[in-house]
Amino acid sequence: MIPVIAVSNLGKRYGRTVAVDDVSLEVFEGEIFGLIGPNGAGKTTTMECVEGNRIPDKGTISVLGLNPRRDANALRQRIGVQHQEAHLQKRIKVWEAVDLWRSLYPRVVDTDALLARLGLEAKRNAWFMTLSGGQKQRLFIALALIHEPEVVFLDELTTGLDPQARRAIWALVNGIRDRGTTVFLTTHLMEEAERLCDRVAIIEHGRIIELGTPEELVQKHCPERTVVFTSDDANVAERLQGLGPVEHAEGSGATYTIRGAGDDFVTDVINIIAREGIRVRGFRTEIPTLEDVFLKLTGHGIRD
Amino acid sequence: MLRGFWKLTWLETKIFTREPMGFVGTLLMPLVVFIVLGRAFGAARPVAAPQVDIPFNVAIFAAVLIAISAVQSLVAIISIYREGGILKRLRSTPLSPVTIMGAQVAVKLVFTVISLALLMLAGRRLFPGVMRVNVFSFTVAVLLSTFSILSLGFVIASLVPTARFAQPVSAAVLYPMLALSGLFYPVDRLPRAFRALANLLPTTHAVALLQGVWDGSGWGAHWVNVAALVVLFAAYTALSTRVFRWE
Repeated sequence: MIPVIAVSNLGKRYGRTVAVDDVSLEVFEGEIFGLIGPNGAGKTTTMECVEGNRIPDKGTISVLGLNPRRDANALRQRIGVQHQEAHLQKRIKVWEAVDLWRSLYPRVVDTDALLARLGLEAKRNAWFMTLSGGQKQRLFIALALIHEPEVVFLDELTTGLDPQARRAIWALVNGIRDRGTTVFLTTHLMEEAERLCDRVAIIEHGRIIELGTPEELVQKHCPERTVVFTSDDANVAERLQGLGPVEHAEGSGATYTIRGAGDDFVTDVINIIAREGIRVRGFRTEIPTLEDVFLKLTGHGIRD
Repeated sequence: MLRGFWKLTWLETKIFTREPMGFVGTLLMPLVVFIVLGRAFGAARPVAAPQVDIPFNVAIFAAVLIAISAVQSLVAIISIYREGGILKRLRSTPLSPVTIMGAQVAVKLVFTVISLALLMLAGRRLFPGVMRVNVFSFTVAVLLSTFSILSLGFVIASLVPTARFAQPVSAAVLYPMLALSGLFYPVDRLPRAFRALANLLPTTHAVALLQGVWDGSGWGAHWVNVAALVVLFAAYTALSTRVFRWE
């Protein structure tokens, strides 16, 4: 399979600061690929080099078979971008922005349908400055999609949005992918990456430290599983201790915490509980997330 | 190919008129200065009369103010657009950099003409017999001057760190230029160093050209100033393409 985006050995420094150090990655057609890491890790710089908006110091980049610098004009017709914390003119109306963007591309989608899909039809005549954060981001998505690009770049799409607006945006991004468009996004929100991305690359200090599907990364780096249940039976912790894959069992009042590892752990615990005839009032599992993977790989949380 | 130029120019014109402060300020400030000073100094007397009691030509002062306020407005807009990432966003469309900047210049020139027209109308009404200058010639001279000073505006816009500094920085560059322009004190009586500096500034040549057009001495007598405005325009434009920052 030929990648839509191929980056190899990308390097970029600002003065003495190394922003991107030897980054290589591939993005395939129709997937949502996420570059995840803390602020300042090199996500935006990498993305902007790929878009052709920044000149790398070293390395090679190919997008849709084009060189982003040399073929910048041809590439702009085939990609859509949304910049981090972007703005438009305060007093530009939504329809005016859409109209200007439409005039710049030879082939464009139906604007009314696009605005309707993004829930902006009621805001056609509103000034940009009067839009909410979520509406602004939806407008930027509209502008990025107006010419039916083959690849869309979304940089920190939901930063600063409330949870409801964030979920609406996630649904839109999934919709973009479902229409066959390749999505390359950056985020520092692990939940966002986990919900949206088919594959992620974790970047820190300008280097990619891990790459794969969210499930693969969790499986590889955080195999621990935890089952928590409540039961009024006697000696539950003692009865489970050391059984099968159970590595640790402890109780606090009627609540018991059972730890182990591996994909089959939860199934095994359910079977053991059934075999032991323990009556359970409540049951839940704690499965590690990308956030835990990140913490483990970097030794610090994403927001540190 | 300047794809999107007219659309962007029209759009920016509309957007500019939606900002009451900037719009009214840019358009009316030179006009108010003209009327107030014109009354204070007995306006420009008929130009044929000896102007001993008039320290400077109020109409030319107002015309230069129009050019300068256009530049200040341009610097403010560019710095706001840069800070907000608007320039960056426009640049990642098929719009060429020349189109993006050209549209801003076009808007400024349009409002320069409107502003100048208001000035002429007010002059004819309030100070009859004074505005006998060739309107077309004077307008062309003001536009050429504005063009040249605007190119310096791009250099200033590159130096301004954030939008907050746009007003003070452009004032700090433009107002001293006005002082050296020959409007208030003849350039050839300035100390040598200042005279040399004055000759490198577009305002000086703008004032000399406008004076010439006003006096009726014509373009031929001021070809040096015209050439200087063109050369300075080219030089500032070349410099700004090197130092301009899009983000």
